[in-house]
Amino acid sequence: MISDFTLASARAALRQRDISALELTNHFLTAIDTLNPVLNAFITVTPDLARAQATAADAALARGEHGPLTGIPLAIKDLFCTAGVRTTAASRILEPFVPPYESTVSANLLRDGAIFLGKANLDEFAMGSSNATSAFGPVINPWTRAGDNRQLVPGGSSGGSAAAVAARLALGATATDTGGSIRQPASFCGIAGIKPTYGRCSRWGVVAFASSLDQAGPIARTVEDCAILLGSMAGHDPKDSTSANIAVPDFAAACRRGVKGLRIGVPREYRSDDMPAEIETMWQQGLSWLRDAGAEIVDVSLPHTKYGLATYYIVAPAEASSNLARYDGVRYGARTDGADLIELYENTRADGFGAEVKRRIMIGTYVLSAGYYDAYYIRAQKVRSLILKDFTDVFAKVDALLTPTAPSAAFGLGERMEDPLKMYFNDVFTVPANMAGIPGMSVPAGLDANGLPLGLQVLGKPFDEETVFAVAQAIETAAQFTTQPSIRAKG
Amino acid sequence: MAYTIEGNTGPWEIVVGLEVHAQVISKAKLFSGAATDFGAPPNSQVSFVDAAFPGMLPVLNQECVAQAVRTGLGLNAQINLTSRFDRKNYFYADLPSGYQISQFEHPIVGTGVVEIELADGSTRQIGVTRLHLEQDAGKSLHDQSPTKTYVDLNRSGVGLMEIVSEPDIRSPEEAGAYLRKLRSILRYLGTCDGNMEEGSMRADVNVSVRKSGEPYRTRCEVKNVNSIRFVMQAVEVEAIRQIEVWESGGEVRQETRLFDSARGETRSMRSKEDAHDYRYFPDPDLLPLVLEQSWVDGLRAALPELPDTKRARYITDYGLSAYDATTIVDEQNRAYFFEGLIKQGVPAKIAANSVLGAISARLKSENLDFEKASPNKLNEISGVSISVLLGFKEQKISWQVANTIIQTTSVCSTEDAMREIAANEQITDTSAIDAAVDAIMAANPDKVAEYRSGKDKLFGFFVGQVMKAMAGKGNPALVNAAIKAKLG
Amino acid sequence: MSLDPAAVRRIAKLARIRVDDAELPVLAGELNSILGWIEQLNEVNIDGVAPLAGAPGMTQALRADVVNDGGYPERVLANAPDREGDFFTVPKVVE
Repeated sequence: MISDFTLASARAALRQRDISALELTNHFLTAIDTLNPVLNAFITVTPDLARAQATAADAALARGEHGPLTGIPLAIKDLFCTAGVRTTAASRILEPFVPPYESTVSANLLRDGAIFLGKANLDEFAMGSSNATSAFGPVINPWTRAGDNRQLVPGGSSGGSAAAVAARLALGATATDTGGSIRQPASFCGIAGIKPTYGRCSRWGVVAFASSLDQAGPIARTVEDCAILLGSMAGHDPKDSTSANIAVPDFAAACRRGVKGLRIGVPREYRSDDMPAEIETMWQQGLSWLRDAGAEIVDVSLPHTKYGLATYYIVAPAEASSNLARYDGVRYGARTDGADLIELYENTRADGFGAEVKRRIMIGTYVLSAGYYDAYYIRAQKVRSLILKDFTDVFAKVDALLTPTAPSAAFGLGERMEDPLKMYFNDVFTVPANMAGIPGMSVPAGLDANGLPLGLQVLGKPFDEETVFAVAQAIETAAQFTTQPSIRAKG
Repeated sequence: MAYTIEGNTGPWEIVVGLEVHAQVISKAKLFSGAATDFGAPPNSQVSFVDAAFPGMLPVLNQECVAQAVRTGLGLNAQINLTSRFDRKNYFYADLPSGYQISQFEHPIVGTGVVEIELADGSTRQIGVTRLHLEQDAGKSLHDQSPTKTYVDLNRSGVGLMEIVSEPDIRSPEEAGAYLRKLRSILRYLGTCDGNMEEGSMRADVNVSVRKSGEPYRTRCEVKNVNSIRFVMQAVEVEAIRQIEVWESGGEVRQETRLFDSARGETRSMRSKEDAHDYRYFPDPDLLPLVLEQSWVDGLRAALPELPDTKRARYITDYGLSAYDATTIVDEQNRAYFFEGLIKQGVPAKIAANSVLGAISARLKSENLDFEKASPNKLNEISGVSISVLLGFKEQKISWQVANTIIQTTSVCSTEDAMREIAANEQITDTSAIDAAVDAIMAANPDKVAEYRSGKDKLFGFFVGQVMKAMAGKGNPALVNAAIKAKLG
Repeated sequence: MSLDPAAVRRIAKLARIRVDDAELPVLAGELNSILGWIEQLNEVNIDGVAPLAGAPGMTQALRADVVNDGGYPERVLANAPDREGDFFTVPKVVE
C-alpha cells in the first residue's frame, strides 16, 4: 500500500517503475483532500504544481535519470519562501505574500527532483511548541489518546510538517528548529526529525525568527528518510554568511554504521524529580538498547542545562524583535492604513501579528533596550557560552548523548495556554542544542500509558550528524516502533 | 589667537566635532550585489536583500572593506584587524529592514589624525576618533504628492564610511579646512568622490560653546549639511544661537537640528517622542570580520601619494610656496594636471603659476574647475598648456602672450596652440629690434633728449612704443637691452 | 525588574505595535511573569566569560565587488500594498 511507503522504499519503487510519480502524487493529494480539513496540516496545497512536477519527474525517470529525490512528494513548512507560491509564516501579516524567489533549501530539493504538495502549517513565525498560534488555525495531532478522541497538539512550531508526515499525507517534510521545533513535534507525532548543526543548511529564503539559532532540517517517518532528505537540503550557500563551507557527507550511509565502541553520555541534569516515570523508563530502555548494540554508556554532567530555557527566551526574542521589524506593510504583506507613518506601522503590526509573536517582540525589544542590554542580553550570551562549553567538555569524553526529547507526550489542544511559561517548558530538553549549535535528532522510542508516542533525543558534536544518525538508527532498529496514529491516510 | 565669538558676557569659544558620512566608491553595495550608480530610475538598483524581503541575508563586499582600510591608512589611523557589525534598530520609511547594519562597539578603523592648513599659514592637527562601515538608507520624497511620501530604495544598502572627528575644531574656518582636507584625502585615495551636492559626502555638525577654560557644555547636532560653505555657516549660527540661550539664563537642550540655508539658521527637527533607543546588538546574520595584517600591508603599499606628502614634496623639490603647494594639492585633478605639465618638461614654478593663474581662469570662463571638468577637457587644456608653456620657456612668446593663448577658449588642441604661438612669436632678431628702436628714437628726438638729460621714467615710454611698433612681439629682454644701449 | 503599564506602552512604541489601554495590564502581567522567570540567570557566575555569538570559530566571508543583483523593479514592487509608479508609498512624512 502506498501509505506504507517510506521515502526510501517509495524511491526504490519509483526507480524500478513499480509506481509512477504521478500516481504517488495523486495519492497524496487525495489523502490531503480528505484529511486536511481534519488535521489542518497544510495552509496552502499546490495540486497543479505538484502534478506538473510529477509529470516531469516521470519523464526523467523514464530516461533513467534518478536524482536523489526524483518523484518524491514532500510538504514544505510555510516558513520557506517558495517562488510563485504563497508563503505566510502562518501569519496574517504575510497572508498575501508571494515570494519572487526560492529558498536555497527548497531549491536544493527541487534540484534533486522532489515534488512539493503544499505549504505546511506552523506556529506563527515559528514561535511556539503546539502549532496553536497559527493565524490559519491549529494543527491537530493525528494521534489520540487511547479511548479518548479529544484533539491533541502535534507540537510546534513545525506541527504541520510533523502531522502531515505522521498522517501519511507526504513522504517527508522540511521544517525548522530554533528551540526544538523539529524534534519536539517529531516526538509528539511518533516520527523522526533532525536539527542539523548550525550552518549545515542555508537560511537564505527562510523567514527569519532568531538568526543565531534557526536551522532547517527534515522530518520524516524513519531515520534513513531523514538522512536522505538532509543530504539534499544541506550544503554551503555563499548567500548566507553563517553557512558553513563544509562538504555534505553521505548521511544515509552513516545510518548503517552501527554504534559498536561508541561512548554515549547520559547527562544527569536532564533528569528531574517531577519527570514522568514513563519517560525515565523509556530513557533507560533506550540506553539498554544502545548497550546491547555495543555502545558504552557514560554518566556525564552538563551543569548549565537548566539555564538553557531562560537564555533562549532572552536571545531568541531579542533577535526576533529585530528580524520582524521589516513587517511594516510597506513593501509586501498585509497593511492596515494609518493617518501617518507611525500609525501605519502600529496598526499594521498590531493587526498582523498574533499574541505570542507580539509578546516575544516586546520581550526582545525590552531586553535590548538602553539600560537592560547588559543585564539581559549580554548576560544571556555569556551563559550561552557556558552551555556550549559544557557540551565541548563532555564531547571530549563521549561521542553522543541520549536524552528524552520532551518532558511529556502530546497534550490537549487548548491546554497550557493560560501561562506562556507553561508552553515554554516543552522545550526544556531541546533548547540547549540550539544554544550550542550542535546537531540533535528525535527518534520514536515507545508509547506512554495513553498510547501516545515518546521520542528519544540524540545529541552530537558539531558537524558530526553521521554519528547522530548512527545512534538514532540503532534506537529505531531496537524500538521496532510500528504503531500508527488513529488519523491517517489509508490505501 | 583663538577664535571667539563676542557675547554680552564676554568671549565664547566654540567646540565642534564633525561626523562625515562618505559613500564608498564600489560597484556593488555593502551587503548586496545591486549597483550603486547615482541617478538611476527608482527602485532599479534594489535587490531583495536591500528591500528587506523575508529570509534575505547580508554578505559583505570585499572592496568596501578595502576602501575603509585605505581611508584609515590615509588618515594615519589604526586599522582594527578584528571588527564587528551591529544592528542599529529604528523605524523609518527609508529603512526597509527596520535596522541599519553598522559598527558600534568594534569599528574597522580606530584613532587617526588629519592635518589642516589655515589662512594664516599655521597648521593644526584634528583628531579622528574612528571610522566605521555602515549601510546608507533609501530616499524618501516628500514633495511628489500631497498625501503620500514616495520611497526609492536605490540608495538603501550603499556602503558608507562614517568618519568621526574628535571635538578638536575651534572655528568655522577650521571646520571648512578639515572638510576640505578630508575630502581631498578621500578623492586621492579613490575611496569616495566627496561630491556633497550629490550627497555622496554629508556632514553632521556637533556644536557646543564654552567660556575659555571651562569643561564642555551641552552640544547640539546639526544633521545632513551638504556643502562645506553651509557647514561653516551652520557652525557660526548655531554657536551664536547657543550663546544667546546661555546668556539669557537658559540652558541649551541636547537635540538634533537642521540647517536652513535659505534662512541662515538652524531649527529643531520635528520632535521624536522617544529619544532614540537604538538597541544596538551584534548582527547575528554576520560573523566577526577578521583581516590579515599582510593584506592591510598590501593595501598600504599600493596607496597613491597623499596630499600632505605631495605638498611637502612640491615645497622641497620644486621650491613652491606653502600657499601655492597647498592650493595645487587641494584638488587631486589639479595636482595631477600640474605633475603632467612637469613631466612634459615645463619648469615647476612656471607650471604652478600657470595652473593657479591662466589655466584656472580658462576653466572658470567655461564654467568649470579642475573637479568638474571631464578628463577629455583636462587633456585638451593640458595639451594646449604644455605647448604654450614650453614655447614660453624657449622664449618664443612672452608670458603675457602665453596667458592670453591659454585663456582663449577657441584654442582647444596642440595644433591650435602651435598656430597661436607661431602667430605671436617673439622677435629675437636683434637687427629687427635695432631697426625698430632706431625708428622710434628718430620719431621722438625730444623724448630722447629729455631721457638723456635725466628723465629716467621715459624709458618705459620707449619700451611701450617699440613694443607697439613690433605688435607686441619684441622679446622684452632684448628690446630693453637695445633701448638701453642706444639711449645710453 | 517589574514593568508597569507605562513601561509596556513605551516598549510597544519602540516596537511600533499599537496596544490599546485595555490590553496593557494583561500584557504587563504576562511580560512580568516571563521576565521574573528569566531572573534566574542572575544565579550564574559569569566572571571572565565572553559572550557567545552565533557560529563559533567562523569568520565573515567576503564577496567580490561585482554587480549581480538588482535591476528588477517590477519584482521588487510586485507585492507592494501601495505603490505609485516605481515607488513604494507611505503616508506623507513631515520632517
